[in-house]
Amino acid sequence: MAQATATRKPARRRINHSTVIMGLYLLFMILPIYWLVNMSLKSNSEILSTFSLWPEDLTFRNYRVILTDASWYMGYVNSLIYVLMNTVISITVALPAAYAFSRYTFMGDKHLFFWLLSNRMAPPAVFALPFFQLYSSIGLFDTHIAVALAHCLFNVPLAVWILEGFMRGVPKEIDETAYIDGYGFWRFFLRIFMPLIASGIGVAAFFAFMFSWVELLLSRTLTTVSAKPIAATMTRTVSASGLDWGVLAAAGVLTIVPGALVIYFVRNYIAKGFALGRV
Amino acid sequence: MDKTVNQKAWFLVLPVLVLVAFSAVIPLMTVVNYSVQDTFGDNVFFWAGLDWFREMLESERMWSALGRQAVFSFIILMIEVPLGVIVALQMPKKGFWASFALVVMALPLLIPWNVVGTIWQIFGRVDIGLLGYVLHSLGIDYNYTQGFFAAWITVIVMDVWHWTSLVALLAYAGLQSIPDAYYQAAKIDQASRWAVFRYIELPKMQGVLMIAILLRFMDSFMIYTEPFVVTGGGPGNSTTFLSIDLVKMALGQFDLGPAAAFSLMYFLVILLISWVFYTVMTNLDKRDGV
Repeated sequence: MAQATATRKPARRRINHSTVIMGLYLLFMILPIYWLVNMSLKSNSEILSTFSLWPEDLTFRNYRVILTDASWYMGYVNSLIYVLMNTVISITVALPAAYAFSRYTFMGDKHLFFWLLSNRMAPPAVFALPFFQLYSSIGLFDTHIAVALAHCLFNVPLAVWILEGFMRGVPKEIDETAYIDGYGFWRFFLRIFMPLIASGIGVAAFFAFMFSWVELLLSRTLTTVSAKPIAATMTRTVSASGLDWGVLAAAGVLTIVPGALVIYFVRNYIAKGFALGRV
Repeated sequence: MDKTVNQKAWFLVLPVLVLVAFSAVIPLMTVVNYSVQDTFGDNVFFWAGLDWFREMLESERMWSALGRQAVFSFIILMIEVPLGVIVALQMPKKGFWASFALVVMALPLLIPWNVVGTIWQIFGRVDIGLLGYVLHSLGIDYNYTQGFFAAWITVIVMDVWHWTSLVALLAYAGLQSIPDAYYQAAKIDQASRWAVFRYIELPKMQGVLMIAILLRFMDSFMIYTEPFVVTGGGPGNSTTFLSIDLVKMALGQFDLGPAAAFSLMYFLVILLISWVFYTVMTNLDKRDGV
């Protein structure tokens, strides 16, 4: 009994100090976002005249401006369209490739794998101008598919890398048994193998969604009107209409929402997912 | 795991190969093309050899941008990696608070990069931002559009805010994989907290930490949007990192030749350093017998 209390005491003290550290860190994460939300609920005159920690004159005008104006809300639609296209394309082409890398040795496989990864290391700034010329010359400029394809530059290598990590964890005996049982490759792959790495596919899709959603340089360079992403809409309106702080903040808050929803759904896989299946 | 030799596996890789060749090789060839040619306009180009490379290697502009970039990447790695590990060690292991912490921490990662810039631009403003206002009322002379240190500190704190969670989540994933038996053994041996960290937790986190460092290095070396929104590369050139300088050169001034030469050297630097990290990483993987 005495021993039990003796060990429990330091344990409790440690919990306290980790709570403090975690609390401070989470506060640091939350504060800038809180400030944005706070500003989005104020009127412009209140933002500029008084300094307050919460809106004294609560208004939803800023959100109404965005949600009733097509040139604003179409930005969200455009972003979501190319992000989803990119996620589907990336995962579809990455699945068989990741399987090949995780199961077979073939000529030049290691070099190929690093070359793929090297595209993840390519600065988008290097590709901005060539992409602009390439997609203009084939008539895809200012379309959703152009942005989706451009984002494949970094999302496909990443998807291959993540999926390969998850597939390595599936024992090879499963493949062999399935082949002996008379499964063809594609039937085995779709019916047996893909359900086994479902969480890996989810994680890869999460990452593809994330990096396509947050990217601005390429998506802005490749679009003008009909596929303009929300992030680019924000920068333009800000410079043109003489800084409407409230609407800017509201637009920012609305760009956080899709990400927050996605995180909520995958929260149980986040930790493993961030390790790219290598734990 | 033993892998079978199978040359037909190339067919499985083919779609990726075609797609990446389309979106990487063709544009990269354009860049190579520009880097060895010069033009007087009208789409007439002539061979310039390695002149642009020579010019860029001698230009002070590129070296100073590279210097700033190196300092920036070094500082943020030095802050984010230890901080991320510390946070990961303090994370609740399960239950409501673990989920809550995970969601809050992952939040900055999914905010579009220019919105991250906007958030900090607002947050740091002396008149309407919480941070700027508080610092100002404490009597600290803080103005990120004019002060050199204020600009750097803002950009660094912003990056720490934005990306430390990535390191923390990776490290957390590594910690989750340690079996309880290890900790019990350490307790029996009466190992100190430090010893537990040094001999159990750190080795187990090694693999994921390498991924974290690799990702953070690559992404910080290509950083563009966030500092561009906050400081626009200023005051003066003090936060003009490589990508900002490159975009200015290529899309702003349309100096295609120098920009292309710059691009290639920039890419090579990243490639070289990442290759070193990658080699170390795969060797670690092998040693652990994964």
